[in-house]
Order: sequence, then structure tokens, then C-alpha cells
Amino acid sequence: MSKQLMVKPEKCVSCRTCELMCSFGHTDVFNPRLSAVTVIGYEEAMVSVPVMCMQCEEACCLKVCPVGAISVDDNGAAVMNPEKCIVCKMCMSACPLGNIHFSPVTKKVFKCDLCGGDPKCAKFCPSGAIAYVDPYELPDRKKAVAEKFKDVFGEEA
Amino acid sequence: MNAWKGTILRIDLANGVIRKEALNMKDAQDYVGARGLASKYLADEVDPLVDPLSPDNKLIMMTGPLTGTAAASGGRYEVVAKAPLTGTIGAANSGGYFGPELKYAGYDGILFENASPKPVYLYINDETVELRDASTLWGKTVFETTDALNEICGESFKIACIGPTAENGCLFAGVMNDKHRAAGRGGMGAVMASKNLKAVAVRGTGGVSVARPKGFMDAITNARAMLKAHPVGGSGLPALGTQVLVNIINESGALPTRNFRDGAYFDEADATGGESLAEKYLVKNKGCFGCSICCGRVTRVPDGPFKSSGEGPEYEAGWSYGADCGVSDLAAICKANFLCNEYGMDPITLGATIACAMELAEMGAIPKEDIGYELRFGDANAIVDLTEKTGKNEGFGKILKLGSYRLAELYGHPELSMSVKKQEMPAYDGRALQGMGLEYATSNRGGCHVRGYLTSPEVLGVPIKVDPFETEGKPALLKLFQDLTALIDSLGVCLFTTFGLGLPELAAQYREAVGSDESDEEILKKGERVWNLEKRFNIAAGVEKDSLPPRLLNEKLPGGAAAGRVSLLNEMLGEYYLLRGWDEDGVPTGEKIAELGI
Repeated sequence: MSKQLMVKPEKCVSCRTCELMCSFGHTDVFNPRLSAVTVIGYEEAMVSVPVMCMQCEEACCLKVCPVGAISVDDNGAAVMNPEKCIVCKMCMSACPLGNIHFSPVTKKVFKCDLCGGDPKCAKFCPSGAIAYVDPYELPDRKKAVAEKFKDVFGEEA
Repeated sequence: MNAWKGTILRIDLANGVIRKEALNMKDAQDYVGARGLASKYLADEVDPLVDPLSPDNKLIMMTGPLTGTAAASGGRYEVVAKAPLTGTIGAANSGGYFGPELKYAGYDGILFENASPKPVYLYINDETVELRDASTLWGKTVFETTDALNEICGESFKIACIGPTAENGCLFAGVMNDKHRAAGRGGMGAVMASKNLKAVAVRGTGGVSVARPKGFMDAITNARAMLKAHPVGGSGLPALGTQVLVNIINESGALPTRNFRDGAYFDEADATGGESLAEKYLVKNKGCFGCSICCGRVTRVPDGPFKSSGEGPEYEAGWSYGADCGVSDLAAICKANFLCNEYGMDPITLGATIACAMELAEMGAIPKEDIGYELRFGDANAIVDLTEKTGKNEGFGKILKLGSYRLAELYGHPELSMSVKKQEMPAYDGRALQGMGLEYATSNRGGCHVRGYLTSPEVLGVPIKVDPFETEGKPALLKLFQDLTALIDSLGVCLFTTFGLGLPELAAQYREAVGSDESDEEILKKGERVWNLEKRFNIAAGVEKDSLPPRLLNEKLPGGAAAGRVSLLNEMLGEYYLLRGWDEDGVPTGEKIAELGI
């Protein structure tokens, strides 16, 4: 059963470890510009947001690809087949979230592939801003709401 | 090329000539990178007797082999030059995002020579490197300069720059990057200003490779896990930032109070500590590039006379403006700290210099009219006012900008400057922590806590707990810490990694990154080499002998956990020199120099 990436911007500390580990995991080189996840910071608002492909169930990239180079793997990730990909970049235009990238260095397009089911962005995130969660488990935020009710209505332990 | 990029930029500012030259790989292997490698270039190319603010001094920005990788907290770079505050070799490092970006652009470092005839900034966009006019930026604050350059060059450029205080000859002006991060101590910013260099704007799209990717992945995974599991590196610093120390150090009787005059216990310390900061003004934590500790604090004082926002304060700044000035108003401390970032000054030195002025004023040594009002310890308005005046080079700020030694000398009491080699000691009293006293006295850049942080074993029990009052064993411990710290600074990783990691983990990351099979001891030896190189530079520069202010040697602590104690420096110094393999005057002998191959 596939897990789901979950982003909690309120926890992000702008360290960009996710970008480093994503690029290294896929290319053996530390290069944020070869990372499928990008942290975008807003200094005045004092918040930063990790942005990456969340693996659409109705994936535009997959639908628009003229050569069938994108398919969904066992982890639910839309993955590129570099053998088939002609680097037409239509998927970049089709993605409504901007999560498909082109590297001028490698001349390839790339996107998040969930690292084969063990995404390094989540694994190495020091603050818990990126998590890889089981969709059948209760979300933290839902539990946090319940905790408040517990505090108000519960018995003193 | 693995870990090192293999290219440095050499910029002749007088003639506008930009050269890309091959990194000296023998030196890179011997001196690692960042602090060590830049110091080697400086020692080879600059006369130690040079006037720090003359064109003949050089300013070097250097990354380390681990900078820009995902090594635990590996986002740092070092700024090295002969320091105007101390006359010693100056080396200050900083986190943020600038260092990694420089490496992604393809350069291990930048070596600035001579002085430009007019204000310029260096533009680096991968292989495109240009000196550009900065006349419209001159005089602007750090924040204004950074915003302007991001507007001109592009928002993804990372900026290191100086503020107006550097231009006005403030001897403790820092080089600031990413707005809030500072290569803060010793006046590296003043050297940059003396070269008419306002900023460096860099964007890099390349990456950093390592020699053994699989081994490196294992090494960093292990290091990060150990750091996360450590009570300081994994819990204390992330939760409360460096300000976590205020109450801990105060309870140890080691928090210097009112210019060290009133001992080392501050009644109102709790109001200035990390717990109070978290409760009142903390917005969120912030990490430098690739860091898992994330000790940075994004803070906001939402209202009142000191309404302001920014990053920090760090423990040292919280102390200098807090206990050292006898001030317990945390909002004022935050505001003064933000101003230091904005104007580009070292808040440790400025806070401590204001504290020194407070003592001189209370004893009547500074006439009221020189300052404009009665200056007293505990005056929250004064720390903000005097910081602003120093930032703007107005009134009494024109004297404060020279640091406490020159201030105290001017008013006839040089002994009341709480400095070593003219740089202010930070937030640990050498009377309560004997090892820290020895550290201040022997530090290669003057009064400084981050050359051999014996507070870690003396107070925090990391990696082992030792008795802070005991002198025995401290020289050996300090030598180890100094050599290890020189190695860490040269790798391009943060010193805070020692709150969780030891030599084996640090050495493992180095080996896998550069493809070396050297032993841990051989790698530590590189740190010792750096230390001796720096010391030799200082001796040739004619720097004063290792000592402490007389107050620490003679005036007993009046209260707190270390009541009745003084620094027993002279019990430790001889043994320290012996362990270092130096002569009795603290001069590295020919034998030691030969052993290290300097």
C-alpha cells in the first residue's frame, strides 16, 4: 500500500537538507538545482514552504506525454522512463504545480519518484516538515484537534 | 575533482583583473580548506607586519571540502585577513547559504588583493565573474544592500556584504551574508571596506561531488543520527537556540556581570534567557544550509519602544547586551542585536564595549558630555541608543566603534577593557571556568570562545564532565579542543557538530568526501598544523603575549557558584606550551614546525 508525502510548512526551518539529499540520492552530486523538491522562503512572512510533486492521481504529465514515458509505479509515483523520454518538456508545461524540472546540464527532465518508496527528503528532514505517511493512519493535525477537546473535557490524569 | 572544486578566484581590485587559478592541492590536503587553507594563503602572501587596513592586506573567502554537501551542518565558509581589531590573523566563519552557493558556482574561494579606486561589488554567475560599480550601494545597510543586489542580479543570488559601519572604520565590522549571518569577529568587514569592496553576489548552478558516494552517504547518515540523538545537538539547541545557555552558565557562576566587575552571577539572567525568548518573542527556528540542528531564531518584538524583528539574539549577544551591561529587558537586547545585523557589527564586541563605557562612566572616567547623558549599568535605552549611534557613526558611537580597548585606553583605564589581544572576551568567566580562561589567553584571534570551547566539558559535560575549578588536565584538553576546532572550521562544518559528534565521525565524512585513507590522528594533525601556522603569523606580527585582563587574575568572584575564585592562568600556561611543543615564551620551535611540515 503506497504512502503519501505530507508537507507541514509551519515546521520548515529553511535548511534545504531535502534539496541536498534529493539531488545526491538521484545523481550522486549535491546540487539543489538537480533537486525535485524546492524550499521557497518568505522572509517578511517568516515562513518557508517545501514544494514537490505529490503524485496526482489524475496526472497531467502522464496524460500529456506523447511517447508514454511516464508511468505509475508500485509506490504510486509517476516515474519517467529515460529510455522512452524524448525531452519534449510537454510535461513541464502540463504540470499545474510546476513540479517537473529541466536540467540544462544533463539535458533531462526530472521529477520526484519517491526514491523508490523511501523518500530521502522526508527521511533526512530535521524538523518534520516533510513526512511520508500512511494514509490510513490518523493525521497529526486531526489528532491535535482531538487533543484540545481532551484537554477541555477530559479527566485529570 | 572531489569535494574541492579545484579553482579559486584571484581578484586584483586595484587593476580590476580577475583570474581563475588552480587550487594548490598540496595545501588543500595539508590545510583542508576554509580557515586552514585561507590562513595558509594569507601566511604565504601577506607580510604579518602589514597595516590591516592597507591595500597590502588580503581578504580571503574560503569554503571547505564539506561545504555544500549534506555533511552534518556543512554549510560554512571562512573569511580570513589580518584583523584590524587585534592585529592577529583574523578568521571568522559563517553559515547561511552563501558558502555553498560559491562552491556551486565552481569556486573553493576568492582571494581579494589591493584596493579598488571606487566602490565595487563582485558578481559571480557560474563562470561569469565581473567587478561591478557599487557607488549607489555605498553607505547602505546590510539589509538594503542585500535587497538591492537581489533586485539587480536576481532573487536566487546569495549575498555577502558589509554595512555602513565597515565603511566608517568600525574595527569590529563583520562580513554579513544572507542578511543575518555574520563572519563577525575581528573586523573582517573593515578590511573589506578598506578595499572598496561592498559585496559579493553569487549564483551557482553546479554541484559538489564526493569521492565515494556510497561511503559518504553512510557517513552522513550516521553523523546526522548521532547529532539528532544528542541532548544538546538534538534537543537543547533546536528547542531554545544558543540562548539555552544563559541560565545554565549563570547557575555555574560563570556569567560575567557588568563588565566582569560584579562577578559572574546575574540576578535577572532568567529574563534574558532562551526560555524567556521562546515564550515572548520566538516566531520560529531557522537552519543554515543543510543543517539538522537549526539553532537559529527568527524573532519578533511585536510592540513597545523596542518593536523590531529579525534573527537572534545568539547567546553571546544576549549576554553582552544583557548581563554584561546589567540589562534585563529582553526586547531591548533583541533590538540592539537586530541593529548590529543591519549595520554589520559584531554584537559581542559592541555590547562589551558599551559595558566597559558604563563602568568608566559610573566611576566618572568618561565626562557626561562625551556621551550626552548619564550612562549607567542597566540602562536598556542606552544599549539601543549607543548601538544605533555606532551604526550611524554619530556622537559617542565614533569612539565605541574602535572597541573597548581603545575606548578604555583613551579614558585612562586600559585595564578595564575586558579583552585579550584587544578583542573582547565573551560570555564565560575565566575565573569560574579555568579552561576557558586558558582558552581566551591562548586563542589565536584574541578573546574568543570558539577556538577551544572548554565550556563544553567544564559545564555541559560534553564529551566528558570535568571540574571547572580544576586546572589539572586543562592544558591537554584545550590543545585537543583547539586542534579539533581548527579541523572542523577547515572542513567547512559548524562547530556545534561537536554537540554529538567526535573526531571519528568528522574524520569519516572527510575521508569519504575527498577519497582519503588517512587515520583519524593524521586528520587531526591537520588541525594542529593550522593552529601552529596561525600562531607563527601572530608572533611575526608582533602580537602581545598570552595573558588575561588583571581583573580575572586578581579580583575574586564575589558570589555565585564560583565565589572567591580567580583565574589560575599561570598554573596552566607553561604546561600548555610544553604540550604544544613550543618554548617557554610560547613560540613554536623548529622541531614542531618541522614535524608539522609548515
